[in-house]
Amino acid sequence: MKPAPFKYVAASSLDHALTLKAEHGDEARFLAGGQSLIPAMNFRLARPAVVIDINGLDELAGIAHGPTIRVGALTRYCALERDSEFLDSCPLFADALPHIAHPQIRNRGTIGGNLSHADPASELPALAVAMEAQMRLKSAGGERRLAASEFFEGSLTTGLAADEMLVEVEFPALPPRSGACFMEVSRRRGDFAIAGLATIVTLDAEGRCTKVRLALCGVGETPVDASEAAAPLVGHACADRPIEAAAAAIRAAIEPAGNVHASADYQRHLAGVLAQRAIRTAYQRAANAA
Amino acid sequence: MTTRFFGAPVKRNEDRKLLTGQALFIDDVELPGMLHAAFLRSQAAHARIKRIDVSRARQRPGVVAVYTADDYGAYWQPGPLLVPPPPIPGSVFNQRTQVPLAKDKVRHVGEPLAVVVAESRYIAEDALDDIEVDLEPLPAVIDLEAALRPGSVLVHDDLGSNVSAHVHQSKGDYRAAAAKAHLVIKRRFAYEHGIASTIETRGVVAHWEARSQHMTIWDTTQAPVFVRNGLAALLGLGERQVRVIAPFVGGGFGPKIMMFYPEEVALPWISMRLNRPVKWIEDRLEHFFATTHERGQIHDAEIAVARDGRILGVKDVFLHDGGAYDPYGLTVPINSQCTLLGPYVVPSYDSAFTAVFTNLPIVTPYRGAGRQHGVFVMERLLDLAAHELNIDPAEIRRRNLIPADAFPYKNGIIYQDFSQLEYDSGNYEPVLDQALQAIGYSEFKREQKKLRAQGRHVGIGVACYVEGTGIGPYEGARVQVQANGKVSVATGIGTQGQGHFTSLAQIVADQLGVDVTDVDIVTGDTDQFYWGAGTFASRGAVVAGNAVNEASRAVRQKALKLASDAFECAEEDLVLADGRISIVGIPEKFLGLGELAKRANPMRGAVKPGTEPGLESTQYFGPPSGATANGVHAMIVEVDPDTFDLKILKYVVVHDCGTVINPLILEGQIHGGVAQGIGNAFYEKLVFDDQGQLLNASLADYLLPTALEVPRMELGHTVTPSPLNPMGIKGAGEAGAIPVGPLFAQAIEDALQLKEKNVELLEVPLSPSRIFDLIKASEP
Amino acid sequence: MQPDRHEISVSVNGTAYRRNVESRMLLSDFLRHELLLAGTHVGCEQGVCGACTILLDGAPIRSCLMLAVQANGHELSTIEGLASDSGELSPVQKAMHEHHGLQCGYCTPGILMTMTAFLKQNPSPSEEEVREALSGNLCRCTGYQHIVDAMMAAAQAMRASAP
Repeated sequence: MKPAPFKYVAASSLDHALTLKAEHGDEARFLAGGQSLIPAMNFRLARPAVVIDINGLDELAGIAHGPTIRVGALTRYCALERDSEFLDSCPLFADALPHIAHPQIRNRGTIGGNLSHADPASELPALAVAMEAQMRLKSAGGERRLAASEFFEGSLTTGLAADEMLVEVEFPALPPRSGACFMEVSRRRGDFAIAGLATIVTLDAEGRCTKVRLALCGVGETPVDASEAAAPLVGHACADRPIEAAAAAIRAAIEPAGNVHASADYQRHLAGVLAQRAIRTAYQRAANAA
Repeated sequence: MTTRFFGAPVKRNEDRKLLTGQALFIDDVELPGMLHAAFLRSQAAHARIKRIDVSRARQRPGVVAVYTADDYGAYWQPGPLLVPPPPIPGSVFNQRTQVPLAKDKVRHVGEPLAVVVAESRYIAEDALDDIEVDLEPLPAVIDLEAALRPGSVLVHDDLGSNVSAHVHQSKGDYRAAAAKAHLVIKRRFAYEHGIASTIETRGVVAHWEARSQHMTIWDTTQAPVFVRNGLAALLGLGERQVRVIAPFVGGGFGPKIMMFYPEEVALPWISMRLNRPVKWIEDRLEHFFATTHERGQIHDAEIAVARDGRILGVKDVFLHDGGAYDPYGLTVPINSQCTLLGPYVVPSYDSAFTAVFTNLPIVTPYRGAGRQHGVFVMERLLDLAAHELNIDPAEIRRRNLIPADAFPYKNGIIYQDFSQLEYDSGNYEPVLDQALQAIGYSEFKREQKKLRAQGRHVGIGVACYVEGTGIGPYEGARVQVQANGKVSVATGIGTQGQGHFTSLAQIVADQLGVDVTDVDIVTGDTDQFYWGAGTFASRGAVVAGNAVNEASRAVRQKALKLASDAFECAEEDLVLADGRISIVGIPEKFLGLGELAKRANPMRGAVKPGTEPGLESTQYFGPPSGATANGVHAMIVEVDPDTFDLKILKYVVVHDCGTVINPLILEGQIHGGVAQGIGNAFYEKLVFDDQGQLLNASLADYLLPTALEVPRMELGHTVTPSPLNPMGIKGAGEAGAIPVGPLFAQAIEDALQLKEKNVELLEVPLSPSRIFDLIKASEP
Repeated sequence: MQPDRHEISVSVNGTAYRRNVESRMLLSDFLRHELLLAGTHVGCEQGVCGACTILLDGAPIRSCLMLAVQANGHELSTIEGLASDSGELSPVQKAMHEHHGLQCGYCTPGILMTMTAFLKQNPSPSEEEVREALSGNLCRCTGYQHIVDAMMAAAQAMRASAP
């Protein structure tokens, strides 16, 4: 299990990296944390002709706080974990980060690498969708923004063009009286989710839901935005019937395929279980936040 | 002799090297001019080979050679049958052993088709892509029952069927027993055991030195002596021309015994042809196909019981998935057949199995080696009977235990070591008592009602087992006092973490009155010790340990004799302690062992005729038959009724492996065994599709338990010495792994009250998804 | 295609090395076969087993998931650097010996590196935290219990000897 040959270039600037990418297109891959790319190269499932190492590009790393929280693509999981202000403003991350592999992986892996890899069983794509993140994509020719819900096109496929890099992710701050919760079931801690669910519930002053965002991982070809299925919650305080109705709608809305660890039926069942548990917790957290 | 070390929790001699990164493992062998091999492996489970074209690969810069089966010429021959079938009347055994490189046909995914030798492993892997292979796919034989139906596709065309073996053993009259039974319960059980998945994969380094006409082979094998003998014969060399070294080996658990893996055959031959050292290190992906597995059995079993729960008889007909070849004979299914009887009195037993060839990787013993499968069937049958008869599961076991006065206990059937299955010694009931006490069995039953009322789903399991250990034929050891007073010991077994450098040293240290750290053990180097069988079947400590003991005693006697001559006193007046021999009461008058060793090898002067030089002795030990250890595991779990995931709240092991050499090492063996048992019961499953493709060939998807899945374990011991060896020891290597499957099934059923839902857990491995699916299927 | 090679400088356990490496060489292979620091072991080459864990600028990482060329200019620590120059074992090594925390010893280098970094960060861990920290390192021999015991003891010893 050794990588096929390639040409390695340590990019000296973002422009340098983008110029190289424009030149080599799909033949080139950006190397960030490498925690998905290098295993794929070791298995020879990925055989880029050119590897553009962007680890030296400090301008791509870091978290800018504000009404919109902007996270540079090269920000590593361990940096997210250690930034308490970030975890306060993006509480789904506080729930989800411990589920992402193990400390050794979190010391290298980056948010941009994870989202660009677009593994549907991974946690962060679901978080990005639930949080209505905006992805900032850059190429030598310009820059554009793409909503997370449009960014993920399929399993391991995104809206990134061959010459583009995901450079930053923008997370809108949660509205007041919001509570968030991410939960997942995996066989072992750190494994990809058999089913995972991120939700944000926003309440009015009376504790009734005014808005719900909900996305799942591990149960489809992309992170699944099930916010519409969760809409029965709107107008309701935390109560069994609306939550059960939402969970039933979510179960119906997804099309899990099953995998070596779980039957499709079990995944669907779990989605319902997680929906009930996570929505309740989110309600509670929203109430506490008020 | 004092026993300062025997029985004490002595810390290990080998640790320092391992803790500082100085231990030599196979991939650490670096030789000037070394080449690297990579194997092209079949992507198809079953196919006819139409063409292999390696010409492009040969042209790649950095590639030195590429070989296919045709290049091997007369060297190409199927591997040996390692264990011939035991002499059971009426048995059928069809020998079809693995081949060094596939010719004509491939029979499982991962079977090697060609080998590339290059200046680096990277280049060798590049060249694999250059090889053009034309395979004509054939339907794969995967399903055991379908494989036996007339007209099935054949794994071995010349055989006429897919039967690898058929064996029937019986005692008593089961039919009569069933006729008079109060209750007969019949079920179908499926048990799968996965892959040992040592953290170090396999590897071979071969170094032919033309000048000295000598071959050195470093090999991650558990049986170096047999590898030397076999390869010398294959290569047309004398055994003295071949040295096999099993260096530090990163875990064995069985599959590192299987001889000869295609890579073991290829590398020495390549080194001879190219006259350069060559290395092959299995990568993790290869490991999933190229190293042997254990896998499935399907049992149609029934138990006949009296009203009071006493067993009247057991009948079992089972199929065993042997994979594409059967080099290991009947070992695994015979173990299943024999170990099913467990610690119980079973007056009549009728058991027949058919081992089946499939287009899947080869099955050979893996820690437990089929014992699990048998134990699962028996323990589940007892649980079902207990439920029907409304007897407590622990109580039905107690009622059937072999009584203490019945040993040695003859089971009336033949075991894997060709001898009658006879339990040498045991005292089973106190083991059960101690386990129930430790788990808090009766308190739990009360507590459980309260917890259930709180909506918590907790359950308990208790499972009993025996483990045949320490089988023959023999092992040997040479113990030698060196001039510096340190003791050097060589034995023919291999070692893969069992602590032999320490446990064997403890035996020597006591006999020779030296410190454990002054005893240097060499294992797994055929130039250091010529004879031996290997490390398997929980036999290292039992068989090699006793050989070491015999040799140490002989050296002790030699030393005392020499000293008595020197001091002109009787041997009875001498004490041997602290590395020296002195006269009783006159400690200042002494001779060090080193000095005695020097005197035993004089430069000048006459010695008496018949005198052997040196303070040295080589002795062998062969037990008449295997020693039988036994134990009970008990576990309390809590199951999440919605996700069906579980948490182990308490885990208890009480067992009896005779006299204990080193309780610290023994604990480690049990802990590790339980961890593998937990993996087997709830996490590890090789998932094949109907074309024989392994769908989870990665450690990300083949789930070895981590520190979060393995609970703290509480251990207890009882000691019933074995009469079969002077030290009274029994093996312990597999005990931890054997009964965990039925324990999970029983505890989960109890936690979720599945019997009330008419759900029975009759298979292993289980998983949250599988439990959900079974419950769902039972709902109207 | 000519191999793509690069000059790199790394510091390993305080010793500086300059080497010319092919870009595709994994850091684990570089340490083991180029620098002959073979104490770092390789178990899966996909970042799961943890045997190859080393410290990169003090933080544990999988050396099989990094290219050697990426280590240019960085400081690495491996198992060979844990004991003192005089050969005295570190508290974590010592505790592993005393509690029989290793059997075959193949996964041990990764565990030592992971836990050395962990105990520095969290000097008073609970058993659960130790188990969590260990969960990225697979061990097939020990069932983890003695490793956990060793880490609890090492933490205590390190606290006791801290200034």
